[in-house]
Amino acid sequence: MVYSMATITYPAPADTLPRRPWSARLTTPQVWGVVMIAPYLLVFAAFVVYPIGYGLWLARHPASYVALYNDPVFARAVVNTLIFLIIGINVKMLIALFLSGFFVQSRTWIRWLSVLFILPWAVPSIPTILSVRFMFNPEWGVINNLIFKFTGEDGPNWLNDPAIGLTLAIMVHIWKSLPFWTLILMTGRLAISTDMFEAADVDGASWWQKFRFITWPSMQTLYLTCTLLSMIWTLGDFNSVYLLTGGGPADLTHVLSTLGIRYLRLDQLDMSMASIVCAMPLVLPLVYFMMKRLSR
Amino acid sequence: MRVPTLREVGTEARLLLIGIPVLIWTLIPIYHMFLFAISPKQDAFAGKLWPDHPTLNNFRIVFNQQHYFLRDFWAQFLNSVVIAVAVGALTLVIATSAAFAISRLRVRGGRTVMNMALFTYFIPAAFLAVPMYRTMGNYGLLNNHWSLILAMVTIASPYAIWVLKQASDKLPLELDEAAIMDGATPLQLFRMVYVPLMLPSLVAIGTYALLLAWNEYLYAFLLLSKDTEITLPVALGNFLAADDSPWELLMTTGFIYALPPAAVYYAFRRYMVGGLTAGAVKS
Repeated sequence: MVYSMATITYPAPADTLPRRPWSARLTTPQVWGVVMIAPYLLVFAAFVVYPIGYGLWLARHPASYVALYNDPVFARAVVNTLIFLIIGINVKMLIALFLSGFFVQSRTWIRWLSVLFILPWAVPSIPTILSVRFMFNPEWGVINNLIFKFTGEDGPNWLNDPAIGLTLAIMVHIWKSLPFWTLILMTGRLAISTDMFEAADVDGASWWQKFRFITWPSMQTLYLTCTLLSMIWTLGDFNSVYLLTGGGPADLTHVLSTLGIRYLRLDQLDMSMASIVCAMPLVLPLVYFMMKRLSR
Repeated sequence: MRVPTLREVGTEARLLLIGIPVLIWTLIPIYHMFLFAISPKQDAFAGKLWPDHPTLNNFRIVFNQQHYFLRDFWAQFLNSVVIAVAVGALTLVIATSAAFAISRLRVRGGRTVMNMALFTYFIPAAFLAVPMYRTMGNYGLLNNHWSLILAMVTIASPYAIWVLKQASDKLPLELDEAAIMDGATPLQLFRMVYVPLMLPSLVAIGTYALLLAWNEYLYAFLLLSKDTEITLPVALGNFLAADDSPWELLMTTGFIYALPPAAVYYAFRRYMVGGLTAGAVKS
């Protein structure tokens, strides 16, 4: 990739262009352009092209994929990833769509609330995820303390149950990213002309009709783009799972983004790379779609 | 005072019915962390909404490094600062000059470079982490701050270039033409025309890269391992390794760690929300 870039960026050698000496094609702005873009190309070659190539080379043995296919942890991680994606994204985007309608209401207290509402997005995820992890600690966590106080019985061992663990990881993910998507969808709602709503009010349209025939048609493209971008980011969400459950209990809550690290820690580098390669059929179509969107 | 109609009261009540759960949902993990930070050890686990004897003692212990887990707190804090600032500065230099070359100098192949950068931006960083870890090993950079700085610059610059290119495409071309008429070289054009005009975007992008590096956990914990070399989030993660880890101190450290990015975020909220985030899903 980098070599083909070089042939594009640098002027063609003189012998292929007999009529113009190469010095004439090498204008000052072009030379400066090459010099100024070179640092990024170096970074790209050294830290994107080389790692990807090296990773693919490490993952070249078909045996790694057979081993991966036979590893129950991998199958479980694929299922978990799909659950995480389908439930996590749809719940998050629907709530964000709903809340964006709430936050565009003009009230002073709602404006203040929206300032607080951004907090999960503004603070780093590590301390807040650890805070959630402590809340659900079976012995000392505040949740089980409260359960004991009110019922006199011990609460469940939350994070030791794979279903609850994964659910909580999805909730942490939603908690963290909901403000961002709500804000984005808010900008979409605010871009709709108020004339249409006033006209609809005059015609006596219901709340649902206004949403169905005015809001949704002008927001559906944005909503789709957001959903797809959110899918990419959710696929890459390492922290929510790794810091909350660590992939446990018994490796039952891994997702594709944490699996590579698990195999790395077990010193199975080829499996680690192979698991990353196996995630690509999910990632690359989304990347392709988003790139088409943005370079339009 | 005007008496509100029943309908208005109903609307307000319904809005509150949404707003209050949203507020509680948003604040619980953060308040829980804050509560631990201001509670003495024995109070912290009682499950009270406010401790009987709120104290700043935990902060004193953290700042004086008076615990086994906190021996290197200031070193780790400094590591986080140095790495975040270096990533911010380096990303700015690389991305600004690349955006200038693509957008203003129209360097040949610029569009291809832009597409390659966008591709890197969209591939989730978690999937690049293991190859990056091995690569840094091959380069002999593991356990060296440069490995994390270069990795974070790699992750931050694609989006930085894209945003800066979008912003510089909006500057009128006549400016460049006038400057060139006056005999300005491309470098002078960059220094005297381009950078001053792009300043607001540059501030936003610098902040973006800085926060990205400050908040990063995965790459930091893969690439750095010595206690005196790691950044704060890695140190927080290491607390979990032990069963007897002091929660109140962990939450205090986490609270201190979370404050600077939150402050920066709110200070630059106008840019962060309007300029940066909208760009992510534009069109």
